[in-house]
Amino acid sequence: MKEITAETISGAVEKLCVEACCHLGEDVKSLLRQAREKEESPFGMQILDQLLRNIDTAETEHLPVCQDTGMAVIFLEIGQDVHITGGGLTDAVNEGVRRGYQKGYLRKSVLTPLKRENTGDNTPAVLHTEITEGDRMKITVAPKGFGSENMSRIGMLKPSDGIEGVKKFVLDTMIRAGANPCPPVILGVGIGGTMEKAAYLSKKALLRKAGAPNPDPDLAALEQELLASVNKTGIGPQGLGGRTTALAVSVETFPTHLAALPVAVNIQCHVARHAEAVL
Amino acid sequence: MVQQKSTGQRNQQKSTEQKNQQKSTEQRNQQKSTEQRNQQKSTEQKNQQKSMQREWKLTVPASPEEISLLKAGDAVSLSGCILTGRDAAHKRMTEYLDKGIALPFDIKDQGIYYTGPCPAAPGKIIGSCGPTTSSRMDRYTPRLLDLGLKIMIGKGQRSPEVIDAMVRNGAVYLAAVGGAGALIAQCVKKAQVIAFEDLGPEAVYRLEVKNFPLTVAIDARGNNLYDIGPRQYRQL
Repeated sequence: MKEITAETISGAVEKLCVEACCHLGEDVKSLLRQAREKEESPFGMQILDQLLRNIDTAETEHLPVCQDTGMAVIFLEIGQDVHITGGGLTDAVNEGVRRGYQKGYLRKSVLTPLKRENTGDNTPAVLHTEITEGDRMKITVAPKGFGSENMSRIGMLKPSDGIEGVKKFVLDTMIRAGANPCPPVILGVGIGGTMEKAAYLSKKALLRKAGAPNPDPDLAALEQELLASVNKTGIGPQGLGGRTTALAVSVETFPTHLAALPVAVNIQCHVARHAEAVL
Repeated sequence: MVQQKSTGQRNQQKSTEQKNQQKSTEQRNQQKSTEQRNQQKSTEQKNQQKSMQREWKLTVPASPEEISLLKAGDAVSLSGCILTGRDAAHKRMTEYLDKGIALPFDIKDQGIYYTGPCPAAPGKIIGSCGPTTSSRMDRYTPRLLDLGLKIMIGKGQRSPEVIDAMVRNGAVYLAAVGGAGALIAQCVKKAQVIAFEDLGPEAVYRLEVKNFPLTVAIDARGNNLYDIGPRQYRQL
């Protein structure tokens, strides 16, 4: 049994919120650079150059990469031999978000859905917990901007739609999204499970290092095929036309019911943020 | 506030550095277009557009003549004062207008930038401030255009109703690069909340900007780069 205090969790979440918003990972930078080399559209090239410069400016000026510092989506893998002391887990996470968004000068974008009253501190976070073996706790903070979240989609396909139906759904989702999710994007695709499981998988797929393939060779091939088809839409950087509509596609699957073929597409803009720590 | 110099004159006054930059871009594009024409004849139209991208220095408020010179696909480096406003500010402006209350700021001949900036850290003018998705403002926009709003800055497609109102009123829609908020913050020289402070990140600011890099997405004749651009690269 290992004890982890609520304060330790808050402190880690605070730090990860700021880190995720202000420092973009080398994975995304490298994909942007590769895209810049291949892009043919002059608008596309200019935009990709600006995006790369923006990432550097955010680093040097200590600014968030994007002003939409998102809703804090937090994944916790909690070892079953961990005992949390000194407070509740949800409160500890929200306290970390509160401090991170205040101290990091991040935008507070969270409000009540119908009355539209801003909570003032970007809480509550969307918290996903998973109980794992062992005595460690892994915290992943993935602030999600809503330009791209708004264009995400879930479909309950028929089994007869098959894999071709899945491919069409992913492509249609991108075409409908067009310029709105700030292409180039990364697509998280969740296939199977129930409705909420597919949505969860599509979000979780975005935690993978951008461009890293699914370990299953068939799914890795599907990812490549989907990426190629999305990049034939011509949408291009910022939707002004070009070859780079998506930087990567990540697919996650889960067994489903014999009557169903759920598929969810979570669109992530090029500001693909996630920072993690292990306690 | 109407500028004395024509946009064309101002364009000529660009610094040598910028001219050189523009030149080299043109040369690159010309080179590229030659290569591509050899590869694929059907892309001729696209290449023509590629080598013809014009760049304007625009100071706002801009005259109707200056706005009418801007063509979808042109690059604009914008300087001067603009307002900010996004979802909640647009909703409130509409509520004011419905009740016959005067807006707390003049929108006639002005530009609105759809953004909700991050808070400014100590010693900074503003936090990151990239564009938000414009289509969420579409419901409110035709009315503002009919009241004289001339420039909108944001990202993404607009509705046919907005485009009709733009043509009717000689307004232009400029695209900023979504997700380049830190870079755009460097163009902001002054920032002040002027209305609806209670809306927090959605309050209306007056921003003084210098050389804000933009692309004409939809011009005052309704030409739409969000349609024209992707069509040229579509391979499906």
